[in-house]
Amino acid sequence: MGKVMIPIGPQHPALKEPASFNITLDGEKILDMIVKVGYNHRGIEKACEQRTYIQDIYLLERVCGICSHTHSTCFLQAVEEIAALELPKRAHYLRTIVAELERVHSHLLWLGVAGHEVGFDTLLMYSWRDREIVMDILSMLTGNRVNYAMNTVGGVRRDISPDQIKTILPLVDILEERTKYYIQVASEEVTLIERLSKVGTLSHDDALKLGAAGPTARASGRDIDVRRDDPYAAYADLSFKVITDNHNDVLGRTLVRVGELMESYKMIRQLLKNIPEGPIAVKAPRKIQAGEALSRYEAPRGEDVHYVKANGTDRPERVKVRAPTLANVQAVAAMLKNGYLADIPIVVAAIDPCFSCTDRMMVSMKDANSRKENFIDWKTLRQYSIDWYKQNRGVDMSKIKISKRW
Amino acid sequence: MIKPGKMFAEVMNNVFRKPATELYPFVKTEKPDKFRGKLEFYSEKCIGCKLCMKDCPSNAITINKIGEKKFEAIIDLDKCVYCAQCVDTCPKKALAATKEFELAQLVHSKLRVTLNANIEVKKTTEGQA
Ligand code: SF4
Ligand code: SF4
Repeated sequence: MGKVMIPIGPQHPALKEPASFNITLDGEKILDMIVKVGYNHRGIEKACEQRTYIQDIYLLERVCGICSHTHSTCFLQAVEEIAALELPKRAHYLRTIVAELERVHSHLLWLGVAGHEVGFDTLLMYSWRDREIVMDILSMLTGNRVNYAMNTVGGVRRDISPDQIKTILPLVDILEERTKYYIQVASEEVTLIERLSKVGTLSHDDALKLGAAGPTARASGRDIDVRRDDPYAAYADLSFKVITDNHNDVLGRTLVRVGELMESYKMIRQLLKNIPEGPIAVKAPRKIQAGEALSRYEAPRGEDVHYVKANGTDRPERVKVRAPTLANVQAVAAMLKNGYLADIPIVVAAIDPCFSCTDRMMVSMKDANSRKENFIDWKTLRQYSIDWYKQNRGVDMSKIKISKRW
Repeated sequence: MIKPGKMFAEVMNNVFRKPATELYPFVKTEKPDKFRGKLEFYSEKCIGCKLCMKDCPSNAITINKIGEKKFEAIIDLDKCVYCAQCVDTCPKKALAATKEFELAQLVHSKLRVTLNANIEVKKTTEGQA
């Protein structure tokens, strides 16, 4: 039998979010795969320009239901940098506590989903049951289980009481106990190891070349983590390890995530113990002075980047969101090359994708003379951007040297 | 030792435990103190500055003047995202979040509620809806 091409998505019963995978198969073997996102464009960036900074917090919090604190913090870091606001230390600590709790809930959720994708539903049931503990902590601290609404310009909205700290600490101990058990399961349960190892391999070089981020990159031996490399909030005060792994496969990504959970518990304990007294917010102006800033944040799925441009009014002139899935999604094609059709669900799930968070405006660049959609090669794309900048911004970028690798 | 069935003991232990889930709607869990549910409005405190309307991210709240120094709040429960920003914004603490969260309705017009209005006004708004 010759090559068969199967389109999966944009609408497909197996997909939880719209995305399109065009797969070329030889029997069960994947020869080639093209991943396309862009079916769930919600116009959030444009909507941000029409709302005030305060309203944008709640809008951006809804970029993602799982890492909602990520997006609002990342956005506010940029805004606060432009407005030159000095946050009280307690606010930084509270933001970091919620950030790490969010990572715990996201990774436990992922563990369950990964178990489900390989037919290990026992793992799904137990890890999600244990996840309820962290959901309870989050709702106790912030009021609600999701979309915590914890942040405001210049600080946080809710304080933590000594009683709450006392209640949280033993709960963190239970979570740690359970996570130790899951680490044992992930490293000893033979069916899980056999199913996950050598599946969806992404070499160190490919991870670098494709710009993978977060646990996906760290499981391919890339030692990167914004929390350590460019500390924000209270991370500079914390001692923690960046977990990396050299398995390069889905098993590696599992081990990195469960390892990160243990580090998160360590961080939460340090934060709760050392949280300084003081106010939780500073008064922020409604109008933000003109300026621009780029902010980085280590989301559970990888590096999240927000760019904000202010023009002196109470509304931003431009907000740009780059969710970590955009950095990871192209790596999926590389992971699945020469893999098997049956591995697609778990390999896609292993980057912990969030397509709706990723989707921004897409302009497909077509050859002017042809009606077919073309994928332009790297050289043409580079030339196109050089010309564009020369024409529209008056900057000549052609002198900039790029790495030999390309 | 590496052998399959690593979680077997865990599963057996759980066979005899009580379910982890709650029997909602028969059993309802207590909401945390900071819970942000349906809003409450104290019309006697409101000064009609409308800052809450300005800060609401989803245009869910409307403050109307219904008489001399008297105001009513109309809230679209379906538009509200329960962020409680209006509660934080209000300089007079005229708004508060309650723990009420079971707000589903079959009739759309019932999602628009008028808080602390006098009876006559309430009737007219309902009539329009
Ligand atoms: S912010 Fe408070 S005082 Fe002002 S209109 Fe709204 S409810 Fe009334
Ligand atoms: S809780 Fe939020 S969305 Fe609802 S009325 Fe208040 S500000 Fe608007």
